[in-house]
Amino acid sequence: MSTATAVHSLWTTAADGKVDKIPAPHIEYAQLAPTLIVVGAAVVGVLIEAFVPRKSRYYAQVFLSVIALAAAFAAVVALAADGYGTTKAHIAAMGAVAVDGPALFLQGTILLASIVAIFTFAERRLDPEAHGSRVDSFAAQAASVPGSDSEQAAVKAGFTTTEVFPLALFAVSGMLVFPAANDLLTLFVALEVFSLPLYLLCALARRKRLMSQEAAVKYFLLGAFSSAFLLFGIALLYGYAGSVQYAAIADVVDGTVQTVDPALAGTMGNDALLLIGGAMLLMGLLFKVGAVPFHMWTPDVYQGAPTPVTGFMAAATKVAAFGALLRLLYVVLPGMRWDWRPVMWGVAIVTMVGGAIVAITQTDIKRLLAYSSIAHAGFILAGVIATNADGISSVLFYLGAYSFVTIGAFACVTLVRDAGGEATHLSKWAGLGRRSPLVAAVFAVFLLAFAGIPLTSGFTGKFAVFKAAAEGGAGPLVVVGVISSAIAAFFYIRVIVLMFFSEPKPDGPTVAVPSPLTMTAIGVGVAVTLVLGVAPQYFLDLAGQAGVFVR
Amino acid sequence: MENLIALLIAAPLLGAAVLLCGGRRLDAVGHWLGTLLAAVSFGLGVALFADMLGRSADNRAVHKHLFSWVPVEGFQADVGFQLDQLSMTFVLLITGVGTLIHIYSIGYMEHDENRRRFFGYLNLFLAAMLLLVLADNYLLLYVGWEGVGLASYLLIGFWQHKPSAATAAKKAFLVNRVGDMGLSIAIMVMFTTWGSFAFSTVFNQVGETGWGRNTTVGLMLLLAACGKSAQVPLQSWLGDAMEGPTPVSALIHAATMVTAGVYLITRSGAIFNQVQDVQTVVVIVGAVTLLFGAIVGCAKDDIKKALAGSTMSQIGYMILATGLGPIGYAFAIMHLVTHGFFKAGLFLGAGSVMHGMNDEVDMRKYGGLRKYMPVTFVTFGLGYLAIIGFPGLSGFWSKDKIIEAAFAKGGTEGWILGAVTLLGAAITAYYMTRVMLMTFFGEKRWNEEETHPHESPGTMTIPMIVLAFGSVLAGGLFSINESFVKWLEPVTSFSHGDSPVSAGVVTASTIVVLLIGVGLAWAQYGRKPVPVVAPRGSLLTRAARRDLLQDDFNHVVLVRGGEHLTRSLVYVDHTLVDGVVNGTAAGFGGLSGRLRKLQNGFARSYAVSMFGGAAVLIAATLLMRAV
Repeated sequence: MSTATAVHSLWTTAADGKVDKIPAPHIEYAQLAPTLIVVGAAVVGVLIEAFVPRKSRYYAQVFLSVIALAAAFAAVVALAADGYGTTKAHIAAMGAVAVDGPALFLQGTILLASIVAIFTFAERRLDPEAHGSRVDSFAAQAASVPGSDSEQAAVKAGFTTTEVFPLALFAVSGMLVFPAANDLLTLFVALEVFSLPLYLLCALARRKRLMSQEAAVKYFLLGAFSSAFLLFGIALLYGYAGSVQYAAIADVVDGTVQTVDPALAGTMGNDALLLIGGAMLLMGLLFKVGAVPFHMWTPDVYQGAPTPVTGFMAAATKVAAFGALLRLLYVVLPGMRWDWRPVMWGVAIVTMVGGAIVAITQTDIKRLLAYSSIAHAGFILAGVIATNADGISSVLFYLGAYSFVTIGAFACVTLVRDAGGEATHLSKWAGLGRRSPLVAAVFAVFLLAFAGIPLTSGFTGKFAVFKAAAEGGAGPLVVVGVISSAIAAFFYIRVIVLMFFSEPKPDGPTVAVPSPLTMTAIGVGVAVTLVLGVAPQYFLDLAGQAGVFVR
Repeated sequence: MENLIALLIAAPLLGAAVLLCGGRRLDAVGHWLGTLLAAVSFGLGVALFADMLGRSADNRAVHKHLFSWVPVEGFQADVGFQLDQLSMTFVLLITGVGTLIHIYSIGYMEHDENRRRFFGYLNLFLAAMLLLVLADNYLLLYVGWEGVGLASYLLIGFWQHKPSAATAAKKAFLVNRVGDMGLSIAIMVMFTTWGSFAFSTVFNQVGETGWGRNTTVGLMLLLAACGKSAQVPLQSWLGDAMEGPTPVSALIHAATMVTAGVYLITRSGAIFNQVQDVQTVVVIVGAVTLLFGAIVGCAKDDIKKALAGSTMSQIGYMILATGLGPIGYAFAIMHLVTHGFFKAGLFLGAGSVMHGMNDEVDMRKYGGLRKYMPVTFVTFGLGYLAIIGFPGLSGFWSKDKIIEAAFAKGGTEGWILGAVTLLGAAITAYYMTRVMLMTFFGEKRWNEEETHPHESPGTMTIPMIVLAFGSVLAGGLFSINESFVKWLEPVTSFSHGDSPVSAGVVTASTIVVLLIGVGLAWAQYGRKPVPVVAPRGSLLTRAARRDLLQDDFNHVVLVRGGEHLTRSLVYVDHTLVDGVVNGTAAGFGGLSGRLRKLQNGFARSYAVSMFGGAAVLIAATLLMRAV
């Protein structure tokens, strides 16, 4: 079909005045309840900032956030119990959002992780009181220039940035939609909805504010850069398929759709657009999961951001981004898996090996954990590449296990402090096991879980992912994965050795006694780590049942 | 009745537990308790023996399944006992001689402050040895085997404050480990081949199994026997083991434990009978050790070491007999029992001499003791006559039968073996006469001011007298109407063989070589005075004094070789293995340091890296389609 005819037909059709009416959208509010509750709570949080007196805001925000997230989690459980994860799985909101097993599983994981993360956000006992008021990890007044008089005035006045709670809720709402998005535009909107609040949150550290702001700017710039790739990829895919709907694109990829949208006659079905657009889309998502070579923001941002935000980001963002990646590869692009699988192999290998190797020489605990998260992104990618049912469920399980370990580990990092705030340089952790055996032991449990030692959730998750990959024909990838795990074990164990077998330094850090909030966060982390390590079967079954995408 | 079998083992085991855990409170009664429990065990043994005699020859063996030890799917191990004529013989020997030696030790160890511990170890030995001979499967036998090894180690090193004793204990333990390894390999091969450890199952299936498996099992069992019974090439520990208290030498290293190898081969006769080649090896080991021990015995001036050489040589006779198959098993066991009597008696006599001579062991500093220790002289003398095979005494009957059986092997082999056993008999007569003359005859060579030889107390002389009766009578009793052979026949089977030489000729030649041996010794040590300082001697004498260079051989070949091997392995480990490991680690570290520099903190270079990554990603995707 020639282009001229197509354009002509478009024009003539328009001239005939047969314009379709825009139909009123049909929204299944009940099935979108988890997201709606969180968005609603975030809006209320903004109103609280506007109308509630400063003194009460903290309590109101913490209460609202926890209740909203718990209610959203209850809604997820109710939906799952109602069968929306399995038999009743379908596409809601006019094809924009999927309600199915992976979506509900990941939403549940994100919500639980967020509740725990909110606890660490709300922690106010780590630093001594300043000018008679309790302080948390966030800047007194984000807008004041670091080191300026206005900053000092804000500190003196006992201001706290309680906006972090609505920001976090907005981010969570975006994350909830991200793995459930069923068209590319919803995907993009969700991405921006959770990214923008995170950029802001990264800039809000109370200590080392310049570093924090630098991290936020870097994150924002690079995030915008990757969003541009993603958006361009969406445009190319639309040009290829004539639709942004996942199912519609998949049909075109499979070749089941023969009718061509006259407006796109010149591009539709052009494989170059599919391949380039698909690759750009993948790049946007790989940026969010922190895969090599799109990982370079990770260490800087993880180090600069306030540690509770780092924990939240490292856990929840990764869950959401991997959810979206899974859906993209399993629902939209399975027809071109012979094209993307080798490429993803390469990405997974450099991510696993690169993350593990660079982590060896890190001297800052937060950067170390950042590189560790890169290596783990590589391990999860191995499961993604499996392209079988076990691949989906193993990735779901891994994400659930990993997020709690991560939040717990970063919560431990907030406890080790000296005069300058958190003592993140590794040399200061020497001999921690003698001074605070409990904290060191708990942190050691998390490190062992990261390293994938049996009886921790890390082992179960890694085993499930590698097993799925091996069965999916990615044996060499598993070999590389195991070698990377061995390299990674070196730096995890090194920290344990440092904590337990080195002499404590005289000017070493002190370990703050946290409020029950952080204790709960760490306790939940340890409990999940051990339960998923010792008796994982129930949760493996759960992930297995949830591991079917709706199309 | 078979319920008593477990009690047989339990009594001394209880004694060991009580004596070793009881502490100093039991010091006053410990030796009596230990002796009592040994006697109880002997009493039970006699009762079981009487019960067994009451049944016909085919119904004498009894089995007692005690409990299931390892009840695992595919791996069944039971604790069960088998009391047949062979086990019964050992039970009576072990508990009988054991009880006598317990009594002897009461006097011998009187001044030792650790006497209670000594009796605890002796009881432990009895329990382990009884377990060894009563087990109805190889795994349980192995437990007893290791148990006697442990008891032997503890008793050799009983005076561990002496470095020589501690070293000797270690040496015995290490050499025995080599043999034990053979037994454990044999058991593993048995399990993989026949799926069982039980004697009955193994022996029933052995005939249907291939040559390779049977040969492996046979050779490994022989290795085990060599270790425990101090046969060439694992003989080196026995001489040093004489560092232990003399009752230990008598009980463990003469009468019972060192004969465990003979028991093992006889018990496993069904396996050895299947593989002629292994039997040939057994015979060679026996023949070599027979001469080896005898030659060593001729050169030693230490009375206990001379007797140790003799023990090695006599066990060589037994091993040789077991290698002959059904024509030899019964005679091996018969010689084992008579040897148990006269060798234990000789050792106790040696202990009695040492007791009266301030623990002097050098025979060149004895001489003329017959007047000072009449009881010891008579009992030792009877033991001496028994071992050299004086007509009518125990050794005559049993050794003569082995020599006959050696000829009965037939062919060239038979002639060679017959000659070797006859030569051994001559050397035995020589070195035993030498011991006798140097100790009890000639002029005094000891310092009369420092040493006051005296007869030992009753607790020591009575066991010696009892054993002397055994030395004199046992062989004759066993030979009346071939009663011993008939007794054992249901277990070991028996055939007369086909001797090219008549029994009378063998007996006559035995007596002739006996006289030659005695005469030579008389010429050298009876007619001439014995020099107090040993003369330099011929090359052979000097080699024999050094145990025919066995330690030198072990040192050069095994110790040096082992050291070289470990050193080269350590070198390989350090350079190659550690080199690779550390090199890998250093390599990754260096790579890490270099890759780290890419992370330079500038958002612009991060963006470039992302851009490049995206370009590669797109290019790769396109390339995949193109390929």
